[in-house]
Amino acid sequence: MAFNIDNKDDKKESIIIIKNLDKHFGRVKAVNNVSLEIKTGQVVVIIGPSGSGKSTLLRCINYLETPSGGDIWVDGIHLTRKSKDINTVRREVGMVFQQFNLFPHLTVLENIILAQTVVRQRSQNEAVEMARKQLARVGIPEKANVYPEQLSGGQQQRVAIARALAMNPKVMLFDEPTSALDPEMIKEVLEVMLNLAKEGMTMVVVTHEMGFAKNAADRIIFMDGGSVIEDTIPSELFTDPKHSRTKMFLSKIL
Amino acid sequence: MNDTRNSASTQVRLTNTLAGLPWWLLIVTLAGLFMIYSFYTDKTYNSIFGFLKAGLIVTMRVTFISYAIAITLGLLTGLGRVSKNPIIYNVATLYVQVMRGLPILVTILYVSFVITPWLMAQINWVGVSLANINLLSPDNVLAKLGDRSAGLNVDFEVRAIAALSISYGAFSAEIFRAGIESIGRGQMEAARSLGMNYFQAMRHVILPQAIRRVLPPLGNDFIAMLKESSLVSVLGVQDITQLGRLYSASSFEYLKTYNMVALMYLIMTVILSLGVKITEKRLSTDGF
Repeated sequence: MAFNIDNKDDKKESIIIIKNLDKHFGRVKAVNNVSLEIKTGQVVVIIGPSGSGKSTLLRCINYLETPSGGDIWVDGIHLTRKSKDINTVRREVGMVFQQFNLFPHLTVLENIILAQTVVRQRSQNEAVEMARKQLARVGIPEKANVYPEQLSGGQQQRVAIARALAMNPKVMLFDEPTSALDPEMIKEVLEVMLNLAKEGMTMVVVTHEMGFAKNAADRIIFMDGGSVIEDTIPSELFTDPKHSRTKMFLSKIL
Repeated sequence: MNDTRNSASTQVRLTNTLAGLPWWLLIVTLAGLFMIYSFYTDKTYNSIFGFLKAGLIVTMRVTFISYAIAITLGLLTGLGRVSKNPIIYNVATLYVQVMRGLPILVTILYVSFVITPWLMAQINWVGVSLANINLLSPDNVLAKLGDRSAGLNVDFEVRAIAALSISYGAFSAEIFRAGIESIGRGQMEAARSLGMNYFQAMRHVILPQAIRRVLPPLGNDFIAMLKESSLVSVLGVQDITQLGRLYSASSFEYLKTYNMVALMYLIMTVILSLGVKITEKRLSTDGF
């Protein structure tokens, strides 16, 4: 690998550094010796067939999965099993899930306020103000006082994005954010993500939406069998894939 | 032709409506009304009720206090049962498995006649030891605990409450565990990904949802506790059952006394189970 993790300037610019990451589930190697560096402001899209380890890799970044081996640095913090470091990193890393995972017993506003007051220790007024700002940002300020079950899937996912953004994360992770949505709702979520990308948010997105990859990604990573097969810019990957496995995958989905 | 079909379907509808009515409640209510009527007209019933009234308060007191302790213990143990810490998990599981494997009557006898005397003996020993090194006077409270003449015995009602509490703590622990486990993994992951620690996620995200789901089974536990509290009569605690035994044995009015005992429990349990049903309905219309 062509980077030196001991170089301080390098660490400063790369908000996420992954070195020789392994994750095994029993005998299955979901992630196999992956090394990556993601720079501040980059929008990285990870694609690959199902079971290729892309979601697992993403979930390792905020330790929702505990890696079996290797090292991860996020914003200069070396992640180990120590829960204090994990919580510090999670505060800076927003995550959006395939199944939204909104808290059903709380209103939309309360969903967005909770972690701000509990984790960031903001006052109620501050948190409400921030929540309203983020709801406006994702385009549904009028839904502040309803419960998640009263929203469409697309709206729920936008609330989930607002909830993550309210924590002022330095990085946003998206784990197949549109896979559980009806086709007509995919666009509204992708638009929100596209705007985020334009605003300069550092994003790592696992998705099957090739349109988003083409329009928004600075960099696209193709994974298969737990390994990074190709790591390049989107125009190159779509027009001139180097690896036969990439070609095969693209021929199936495009 | 049309007419007969119409009348046939009307008949089916009527039968369905009739079958759907809560006849059991009507029968219980009628029996209750008949007995209340007899209490007023029958002097024996009247005097039985006067005798059992005091027991009603004891039964309620034992039930409420035991239940309050049991659900507190159950919540803590339930959290232990889903803990990843092997020590906490095993302590919680040992407690649950032992207590669920024992008949409640045996637990009551064991706590009252084995554990409580043993604990008192230990406290006595501490008291006597402290007196021996002149830190306390020879007749200090610790040394005298359990001495009936000094009026310092542990009341049998207290022992009964302790036994029922630890028994039902194990039952409600399993209810809480099931409730917590019924909340999808994604909820914990979402909370943790926002930077909450395990306890914050439990307190603000998992438990509020879990507790709503376990309210009906916890209500059923309360009803079971009310009935099971009659077992404390073996310790001589003067609850409804014990007073009924005393009254019938001295008056030979077995039929009327136990009618009264049964009815008193039945009225309480039927009212409570209707309450549980209403809670269940309201929760299911509330969604999630």
